[in-house]
Amino acid sequence: MENTFTIEKYCHVSSQNLSVNGTVLYESGGAPSKDFLKEIYRNEKLAYPKFFKMDVLSQLTFITAELVLSENRNKPQTALVLSNKSSSVDTDRRHQESIATDDAFFPSPAVFVYTLPNIGMGEVAIRHQLQTENAFFVFEQFDAEFLHQYCESLRGQHSVSQVLCGWTEVHHDVCEAFVYLLSENGKIPHTLENLEKLYAQL
Amino acid sequence: MTDLKEELKVSIIDALNLEEFTPADIADDDALFGDGLGLDSIDALELIVLLDKDYGIKLTDPEKSKAIFESVNVLAAYIEENRTK
Repeated sequence: MENTFTIEKYCHVSSQNLSVNGTVLYESGGAPSKDFLKEIYRNEKLAYPKFFKMDVLSQLTFITAELVLSENRNKPQTALVLSNKSSSVDTDRRHQESIATDDAFFPSPAVFVYTLPNIGMGEVAIRHQLQTENAFFVFEQFDAEFLHQYCESLRGQHSVSQVLCGWTEVHHDVCEAFVYLLSENGKIPHTLENLEKLYAQL
Repeated sequence: MTDLKEELKVSIIDALNLEEFTPADIADDDALFGDGLGLDSIDALELIVLLDKDYGIKLTDPEKSKAIFESVNVLAAYIEENRTK
């Protein structure tokens, strides 16, 4: 335990609600994910107009990062390690639809720039001026073992003092996240069991 | 021309996801880039697509685009002169 990170803070997003450290802060009331995320953005007074230009995956990444990093801003030694199952497929499809026929070949640059799953992490890095490790992995399902091992390997490397880590999945009607902050200041040990237990709360 | 300017303001807000703006917030001679609406390079590309899609105007010269996107006034005048649909 002494030589591992701790889980300092975590956030869950499901189609029903958003919670931080297990406390529900926002209920979706059945609203579509895009509207739900916008409502949270406005309520949190995040003041980052570029938010409205992002695709849903990036908005989800941005919102969860804002809430989890809230007391830990301005720490440039924050690494970013995220994962999901569907990469950026919803946005990929939107782009494909815009170039599907010769008669209506109007690819949107604003859509195209989000056709990678790690763009949301880039938005977070820009917002918080982070120039540390960042990696995005695509897994069949949340892989606690891999993320645990990967994040622990970052500990002490490249001056990494904390890691924003987790799962941000957007596909059709699914919009879910389990994002957590690893640091030396938390109370929950960074163990496989705890990661799996917290993910299961999604 | 007034109708075209209003139409353009609605299209710009919609195409560029400027959710915190209404057409009334954009004056005809407001700078679209820089200190005006604060648009960026991706927005400029999106406006080029908008001109092609809605008015049949294909812009290929970036320098020319810069001048055309100066304001709604300038953009509307250019569209009036060059539109094919």
